[in-house]
Amino acid sequence: MKNLRKIAMLLIATVVLVSCNNDDDSTPVNVTVDFNFTHNFDGTAIQNADYETTSYTNANGESLKLSKLVYLISDITFTASDGTVYAAEDYNLVNARTESNINFTPGVDLPKGDYTVSFTFGFDDEDNDKDGGYADLNTSDGGWGVPGPLGGGYHYMRMEGTYVNTIGVDNTFQYHTIRANRHATMPPGPGTLEELTDTSFTVNLGTVTVGSTTSVEVQMDVSQWFENPNLWDLNTWFTVLMPNYEAQLDMSENGAAGVFSLGTVTTED
Amino acid sequence: MKKYWKYLGVCLLVVIASSCEDNDDNGPTYTPTPVTLEIPQVFEGKLLPPVIPTDNPLTEEGIALGKKLFFDPILSADNTQACADCHRPENAFSDPRQFSIGINGDVGTRQSMPLFNMAWNFEDKFFWDGRALTLENQIFQPVTNPIEMNNTWPNAENTLQADSEYPELFEKAFGTSTVDSVLVSKAIAQFLRTLVSANSKFDRFQLGLEELTPEEENGLTIFLDEGRGDCFHCHGLPANPLWTDNIFHNNGMDEIITDLGFGGFTGDPREFGHFKSPSLRNLAFTAPYMHDGRFETIDEVINHYSEGLVFSETIDPLMKNISTGGAHMSESDKADLKAFLLSLSDESFINNPDFQE
Repeated sequence: MKNLRKIAMLLIATVVLVSCNNDDDSTPVNVTVDFNFTHNFDGTAIQNADYETTSYTNANGESLKLSKLVYLISDITFTASDGTVYAAEDYNLVNARTESNINFTPGVDLPKGDYTVSFTFGFDDEDNDKDGGYADLNTSDGGWGVPGPLGGGYHYMRMEGTYVNTIGVDNTFQYHTIRANRHATMPPGPGTLEELTDTSFTVNLGTVTVGSTTSVEVQMDVSQWFENPNLWDLNTWFTVLMPNYEAQLDMSENGAAGVFSLGTVTTED
Repeated sequence: MKKYWKYLGVCLLVVIASSCEDNDDNGPTYTPTPVTLEIPQVFEGKLLPPVIPTDNPLTEEGIALGKKLFFDPILSADNTQACADCHRPENAFSDPRQFSIGINGDVGTRQSMPLFNMAWNFEDKFFWDGRALTLENQIFQPVTNPIEMNNTWPNAENTLQADSEYPELFEKAFGTSTVDSVLVSKAIAQFLRTLVSANSKFDRFQLGLEELTPEEENGLTIFLDEGRGDCFHCHGLPANPLWTDNIFHNNGMDEIITDLGFGGFTGDPREFGHFKSPSLRNLAFTAPYMHDGRFETIDEVINHYSEGLVFSETIDPLMKNISTGGAHMSESDKADLKAFLLSLSDESFINNPDFQE
């Protein structure tokens, strides 16, 4: 009987201890941050209904319609004022037209507070060349991979649509951004690749206050891909841009200059 | 002390009773043998795991039943037509006729789709127009389609129920001898998921087991060249050995769209004339080509993409140089591209004894 009492006491003590552990709220609770990706053309919101129907005019004066806007972002990073870095090192493939993955919560917990927030557009070389690649991206959006002769890795963005060319005819364009690849001779093939340049870029969104729930809007202004600092002439560069080294550098510069910005931030304590 | 033993006894009884209850649902003969779909080496690490619904796991008994149903004309209204009549193993489960012919002599409007690697269709949309969500749902339609098997499900169920063999096979596969259309679709879906093709010459090349000819190698380069073939944006690349994106495109075949395709299902005019990209595997066995089987040869298909593209409102922007009909490949490039495409054909798949009647 004594033994049983002892066992019962032990069990009760265990339950109480475990319960105490669960109820302990003196430790600061870490939180996650939700991101929402929105898209506009020079300030006019682009909705699903606008694809293939709404004409936009780019800075060079060409009339264009969008069919597809899919892009990869990675390595969302939070840097505290004391320099502490919180990074999930994950990635998100946004499909603006279907709105797939326009909401994304990076897999990192961090204490409440103020942070500067940044992310990588595309994959930097370290992520792009990961051994074995990424099984989900290999079949995402039909295959997000980049052919081996162009240096392999993954697309950063596929923006596609139609535009009216100089003789007034509808033509298709494929504004695909990947790691810049220079070839000794064209067309590209085995042995032609001379140089690879990492054309992913870091987007700094500025300071965000992180609370118990935080929602951060990331805006993409599509018009900026065609405007600044490199004025884009779709009649010249509308297709076969993947192996076009100079085009990739220009696209990267335009992307880094002002395509992305911080939108509405909602923070609750 | 006695009290505690009493409590312990009651507890044990409760545990035993609930255990018995869990195991007693399905009758004494229901002991299906689980089957794990073998992942081909050339898919390992490159593709996500296959799509196997949790409510329809593969079992030996389910697969065997599905196979029997697939090859049996019993599902058609007059017991004359099986799934396999229009999905023939020797044609990678497609039909060499442009359009299949139903039990009443009615002619279809689309080419029979080849059947393989369907467990890796991550979009989970089936038919050329994607109107069936999940493989199980797809199976319901040909049985009742008036221009195909023209049956009703109650009639098909009654015929199977009255058969001397089927009720027992359903019992073994699903734990009930009551035939039901849902179980028919589950069984056939199980069989279809076992139709795996991953042993083409190019697969063996990827595994270091075989060399490509110079023509095939150059064909791959053209396939991957955005300025010539640019096939990879819809049909995959060595890192996506399904050789399809399983999504829907208008590939520039008609200026005026008469078959609405995916758009006919979604109702979205922007998707009129969109059809699913078929896999390029097993092209050697799957002629004629395109959703309406209009091209009899691979050469015609290549010529279409090279110089035959036409514009329509819903054109996929990946159809390049649309205003001039395409990329205008040289004849030698076309020949090499064809050589590469044929290297994706898998003889061992069409000859696999597991997939024959």
